[in-house]
Amino acid sequence: MKIPSYLTSLLEESGSQAEFFLRFTRNIFKNGFEWNEFVRQCYLIGYKSIGIVVLTGFILGFVLTLQSLPTLKEFGAQNYVPSMVSISVMREIGPVIIGLICAGKVASSIGAELGSMNVTEQIDAMEVSGANPIQFLVVTRILACTLMVPILTLLADTVALAGGFFGINLSADMNAQLYFAKSFQTVVFGDFFPAFIKTFFFGFAIGFIGCYKGYHSDKGTESVGIAANTAVVTASIWIILIDAVMVQITNTFVYN
Amino acid sequence: MEKVIDIQGLQKSFGNTPVLKNINLTVARGENVVVLGKSGQGKSVMIKCIVGMILPDAGSLCVLGHDIHGITRDELKELRTHIGFLFQGGALYDSMTVRENLEFPLTRVLRLKDKAEIKKLCEEVLEAVGLEDAIDKMPSELSGGMRKRMALARTLIVKPEIILYDEPTTGLDTITSKEISHLILDMQKKYQTTSIIITHDIPCAKITADRILIMNDGEYIAEGSFEELSNSDDPFIKSFFK
Repeated sequence: MKIPSYLTSLLEESGSQAEFFLRFTRNIFKNGFEWNEFVRQCYLIGYKSIGIVVLTGFILGFVLTLQSLPTLKEFGAQNYVPSMVSISVMREIGPVIIGLICAGKVASSIGAELGSMNVTEQIDAMEVSGANPIQFLVVTRILACTLMVPILTLLADTVALAGGFFGINLSADMNAQLYFAKSFQTVVFGDFFPAFIKTFFFGFAIGFIGCYKGYHSDKGTESVGIAANTAVVTASIWIILIDAVMVQITNTFVYN
Repeated sequence: MEKVIDIQGLQKSFGNTPVLKNINLTVARGENVVVLGKSGQGKSVMIKCIVGMILPDAGSLCVLGHDIHGITRDELKELRTHIGFLFQGGALYDSMTVRENLEFPLTRVLRLKDKAEIKKLCEEVLEAVGLEDAIDKMPSELSGGMRKRMALARTLIVKPEIILYDEPTTGLDTITSKEISHLILDMQKKYQTTSIIITHDIPCAKITADRILIMNDGEYIAEGSFEELSNSDDPFIKSFFK
């Protein structure tokens, strides 16, 4: 029986990703750690994404409030808007939206950067010189993503609550103290913590896929675009899959 | 004569296309060997085999006494610290300044820690290639010739025993090509390196070669000094020197 070509290429890709993951883990602390490059990547991935994350977070909270307020008002439940917004943002919408935003911004930029380094033989030059390109380029980027995406999500969650406060005050009058008190009234540790943990997996997936696609791009200028594009698509799919799995795990172990 | 590179019966195919059919080459310490040949004849594949970037299918390949076939990953990494590879496009790290490009192999390969020593080595090698003023520039601010000089400086800074040049003068004007060729020769004398230079550039071959090999269809078809080959009666060999 002939194995279909799509299946063999899927298996090849999976094997190659597993091998890349092993190379990543083997090189994390091999002969020291590239602290300077790690801090530089944290700056590029984290600090440089603050603008888009703050804007997205604010609009998220604002729109969610404006959309839910009329419906809840009909039932006389407008007092529940702050807690509804905070729970939705913390548990699901904040992490997933910021994960997808980072997949678009960070995974594409890592994919394009490493892809272009591949095309211009910079990665080969590192390898041939006896240096360790995995440790310098891959480990630093993946770990910086894993650390920065959760921080960006926390920031977005906070700004989303501010957006919600702004939204509710467009049609009603609620002071900040009351709004934030109501926001956190119903939020429990189980709402925040599992969602926060999954953002580390989102960050890892974004960094890993970006690095993998860039590092394994072909040697042509067109491949840089392909690497960036496939990095975004694959990282976005991974975020949705991780989210689905994490929700199941959370439902089993936290809410049962 | 100490053999630094010894290649016997080297073969390499990509898919069903044989690229290297039967390569035999011995390079002595301190020798400059130029490999001439049309594009797509496997010249670059051969030097990539020497540095372990591509594994040959058959034949023996000994570099500095190490058989590339039986070498472990760590041994290969150690061997590579004795080999410099000058890429066609320079392969400068474009997110780093000239200084950082030079510091990279010193801190990651030689694992030097002393900042004063690192600074001294960087300045020394930049002076040798005539780029003292470019130390804080980004690679994007350098001209084609400067990039080649810079790439050569980064290769030389770890003081390799062997340097493999992949078309070092491609894309440069005639005057800059000659400057780079003379620089290669000067650096070979100063740092006592052994070199294999892949080129299409006949003036570069004339300036740098102790011995020239002509490659065609995955094999060496002629070998000799520049004078011997340029006066050859074979029309194919002659065509390179016209």
